Amino acid sequence: MPKAVFPNRLLPYLLLSPQIAVTLVFFYWPAVQALWQSMLREDPFGLKTTFVGLQNFSNVLADPAWLNAAWTTVVFSVSTSVLSMGTALLLATAAEKVLTGKAFYRTLLIWPYAVAPAVAGLLWLFMFNPAMGTFAYMLRDAGLAWDPLLDGDQAMGLVVVAAAWKQISYNFLFFVAALQSIPRSLLEAAAIDGARSGKRFRTIVFPLIAPTSFFLLVVNTVYAFFDTFGIIDAVTAGGPARATETLVYKVYTDGFVNLDLGSSAAQSVILMAIVIALTAVQFRYVERRVHYG
Amino acid sequence: MIERDAAGRALAHLVLIVGVLIVAFPIWYTFVASTQSVETILRPPLPLVPGGEFAENYGNAIFGGMSRIGGVGVGTLLFNSTVMALGIALGKIVISLLSAFAIVFFRFPFRMACFWMIFITLMLPVEVRIMPTYKVMVDLGLIDTYAGLILPLVASATATLLFRQFFMTIPAELVEAARIDGAGPLRFLRDILLPLSKTNIAALFVILFIYGWTQYLWPLLVTNDNRMNTIVIALKKMVSFADADTPWDMVMVTAILAIAPPVLIVVLMQRWFVRGLVESEK
Amino acid sequence: MAAIELQDVRKVYAGNVEAVKGVSLSIPDGAFAVLVGPSGCGKSTLLRMVAGLEAITSGTVSIGGRVVNDLEPAERDIAMVFQNYALYPHMTVRRNLEYGLRNRRTPAEEIARRVDEAARILDIAGLLDRRPGQLSGGQRQRVAMGRAIVREPAAFLFDEPLSNLDAKLRVAMRAEIRRLQRRLRTTSLYVTHDQLEAMTLADVLVVLNAGRIEQSGTPMELYERPASLFVATFIGSPAMNVIPHGAAVAAGLVPQGAPEATLGIRPEHMRLVEGLAASGDEAVVDLEVSGVEVVGAESYVTGRLGSSAVEISVRVPGHSRLEPGTPMRAAGGRAAFLRFDPQSGARISAVSGA
Repeated sequence: MPKAVFPNRLLPYLLLSPQIAVTLVFFYWPAVQALWQSMLREDPFGLKTTFVGLQNFSNVLADPAWLNAAWTTVVFSVSTSVLSMGTALLLATAAEKVLTGKAFYRTLLIWPYAVAPAVAGLLWLFMFNPAMGTFAYMLRDAGLAWDPLLDGDQAMGLVVVAAAWKQISYNFLFFVAALQSIPRSLLEAAAIDGARSGKRFRTIVFPLIAPTSFFLLVVNTVYAFFDTFGIIDAVTAGGPARATETLVYKVYTDGFVNLDLGSSAAQSVILMAIVIALTAVQFRYVERRVHYG
Repeated sequence: MIERDAAGRALAHLVLIVGVLIVAFPIWYTFVASTQSVETILRPPLPLVPGGEFAENYGNAIFGGMSRIGGVGVGTLLFNSTVMALGIALGKIVISLLSAFAIVFFRFPFRMACFWMIFITLMLPVEVRIMPTYKVMVDLGLIDTYAGLILPLVASATATLLFRQFFMTIPAELVEAARIDGAGPLRFLRDILLPLSKTNIAALFVILFIYGWTQYLWPLLVTNDNRMNTIVIALKKMVSFADADTPWDMVMVTAILAIAPPVLIVVLMQRWFVRGLVESEK
Repeated sequence: MAAIELQDVRKVYAGNVEAVKGVSLSIPDGAFAVLVGPSGCGKSTLLRMVAGLEAITSGTVSIGGRVVNDLEPAERDIAMVFQNYALYPHMTVRRNLEYGLRNRRTPAEEIARRVDEAARILDIAGLLDRRPGQLSGGQRQRVAMGRAIVREPAAFLFDEPLSNLDAKLRVAMRAEIRRLQRRLRTTSLYVTHDQLEAMTLADVLVVLNAGRIEQSGTPMELYERPASLFVATFIGSPAMNVIPHGAAVAAGLVPQGAPEATLGIRPEHMRLVEGLAASGDEAVVDLEVSGVEVVGAESYVTGRLGSSAVEISVRVPGHSRLEPGTPMRAAGGRAAFLRFDPQSGARISAVSGA
C-alpha cells in the first residue's frame, strides 16, 4: 500500500458513505433479519410469532424434502461443473494448438456468457420440449420416450446441459489463460526429454493448470448453487415432482409460495454457511497462488 | 511449435468447429425460429435456415405490443433492462471507485473495519437473503421502481477489491508528485487516477453490464407491474407450453432481443471483457 | 531563492521508532547540499519532511525564513525530483511540465514561456508531445528535472534521482545537474547513498548515520579531516584502511603502551617499498599479498597484516603483477595516519605521531 496518503480527515468517510450505506441497508440489515427470522415461527395466519431457538434448523435438517433438495443440488452442481469444465478444457487445449483462427473461435465461443441463465434455459427448452422441440421430435422418432416435463432424470439432464452450456465461455477463457501462462520452454524441455504430446499433457500441462482447475471448480459450484435459479425456474420450476428442486429454489418456494418464513430463513442461514465455507476455500487457494505464483 | 503436427492441428480445428456448433446452435435455432410463422414453429422439425417472416415478426414485436405480458411493448422491456444494467454497472463502478480510493489513499480510524465490512458482502449473495431484502424493499416503498431494481445489487465487494488492487500498484511517488504539484485528493482523483483507471473501468463495465442484464431472481421479486418487467422476466412470463395461444413467433423474437444487447457488448468489447473477467477473479 | 534551515528536527514513527534523532542544519541560499549515508540512516525521511510528505515530530523546518512545518507540500515553494521520476504516464511531456503551474492558476502565456525555456535548457523541446512511456531513462530524467524547473521554486529537492540510470548516463546526468544548479542558483537538497555522487555534487556534504549528522562540511573537509571513523570509511573509494590498536602494536606501527587508538590511512597515502627504502618519517608494515585489483591507470594491492585478519590496500601506479601469497612491504607517511577513539569512533587528532 502506498505510504503516500492525503491528510484529509473527513473526506474518506464521505467517499465511503455511499457504499457503506448500501451495504448496511441491503446486506447487513437483511442478513441480521434472516438470522433473527430463522429462530422464529409464525402461525399460519401470521397472527402470532414465537421464538423457537434452533427448532427451525433441526426441522429443516430432518426434513426429507430438504435432504432431497440438498442431494439434488449436489448432483446438479457436480454434473454441471464436470460437463462444463471438461468441454471447456477440451476446447481450450484445441484452441492452443491451432495456429490460425484463434480469435475467430474465441469470438464464437464467448457468446453464452452474455446470455441470461433464464434465457439459456429457455433456449434449450425450445429445442427439447415435447410440444414443438425439434430435438424432442427426433428423440421420439428414434424410439426414446422423451419428456423432460414428466421424467425427472430427463429434466435434470436438460437443466444440467443448459447450465453447463452457459458456463463454457467462462471456463474456456480461464483455461486458455492458464495454458498460455505455461512457459513454452517447459514443454520444449519435456519434448527433448522424449515425452510425446499425450504424456506431456498428463505430466506437465495438467499439474500446472491444476490451480486454475481448482479455482474454477469452486466458481462453478457457487454458480450452480446460486446463479442457476433462473434456469431451473424457466425450464422445470423445480419439477417434475421436485426432481430438480435445488436448495436455493426451495428457499424461494418455501418463502414466497408456501410463506413458511421461519423455515425459509433457516434455509437461507444454512446456505450462507455453505457460501462462507466455499469462499474460505477459495481464499486459501488465492493465498497459495500469491505465494507460489 | 514443438512438432509439425499437421494431423493434430486438423483434429484441433475439428474439435473447435464442433464446439462452436454446440455453443452457437441454441442461439441459431432460436434465431431461425424467430423468422418463422407460428405454424412452422409448432410443426417440428424446424428448418435449419431462416424463414421469410423476419420483417413481419420483428415488426410486430417491436411496434405491435404484446398482449401476453399486459400490452407492454418490447421497447419498454428493453428500456427497463437497459436502465437496470446501466444503473447497476455505473452505480457499482462509482461507489466502488470512491470507496477503494478512500481505503487506499487515506489513513483514518476504522479504515480496516470499513474494508472488512465491504469485503464480507462477497459472502452474502442476494439469493441467500431474499426474504428479508424483499421486506426492506417493501418497507422503503421500492417495489416496482428502478431504484428497487438497482440499489440492492449496487454494492459490490468484487469491484471494490479490483479497484483497490489496481490503486495499490500506483507508485507512491506519483501521489507525492501530484501533491507537490498542488493537486488535492479530488483533483488527483480526476486528473490522474481516473485517466489511469480507464481500461479497468471499461473491463469492469462489460462484466457488470452483463451481470445487470442477466439478473433474474431479483427483478422477478421486486416487480409486480408488467410495465416494470425486464425483457428476461417478460420472456419467461410469455412462455407457456400448456397454453395453446402462446405466440411462439413473438417469444422467439423476444428471446433474440433479450440476448442481442449483452452479446453485442461482449463481442464488440471483447478485449476489455476478457481482461475484466480474468482479472476480477476474486 | 532561499536558505533552508533545520532546527533539531526529529521523526518518531508509531511504535517509538526514532528515524531522525534531532538534526540541525543550515543550507545557505543557492548552495547545493547533499545528504549521504547508508540505507536506513534517515536521509530520505529527512528530505521528505522538508518536502512536507512526512509529518515533523518535533523541531522546525524553515525555507526562506518561513517556518513550513504545517504547510502542505504545494505551499512550501519547493519542487522535487523522484528516483522513479514519477511522471504522469497518461499526460504528454508538455502536460507533465504544465500540471503544477495549471493547478496554481498561472496565466497561460507565463506557462508557455516557462515550459519553452525549460525545454530549451534541458534540450527536450522535441519531446514535448510524447508520453513518458515513449522516452528513454535519460529523457525521463530530464523531463522530471524540467517539471521542477518550470515551477521556479525556492528550493529543489532530489531523492536519489540518478539511481535508476545506467552507470555511464549517471555520470553524464550528474554533471548536468551540477551545471544546471550553478546556472539557476536554486538552493538544492539532494539525497543519495552513492558517496562518489555526493562528493562530486556537493557544496555542503552531510553524512548521516542512524538518524544523526555525523559531519557536515565541504567534500574535501570531510575527506581530509573526517570527524569520525564512520565518515572516514564511508567517504572515499576504495575505503580507508582501518588498523585496530592491537594489530597496530603487533605490526610495530605504534609502541607498546601507547594510548589506545584505531588507526586509519587512505590507500593513496601508502606505497610499496623495497627493503628498507622507506624514509625516516614513514611507517613501514609487512604484508602478504591477498589480492590485486587493476583499475586501469592504477592498481590496488591488498595485503594481510601479519597474522591478523586486518587487510590493507595500497595504491600502486600502473598494472601490478604481484601474485597472491608473495610478501610485500608498504610505507605510509606518519602524518597521513589518522587516529580514532576505539570506543566512540571520534577522531583524536589531525596528525598522529606514531
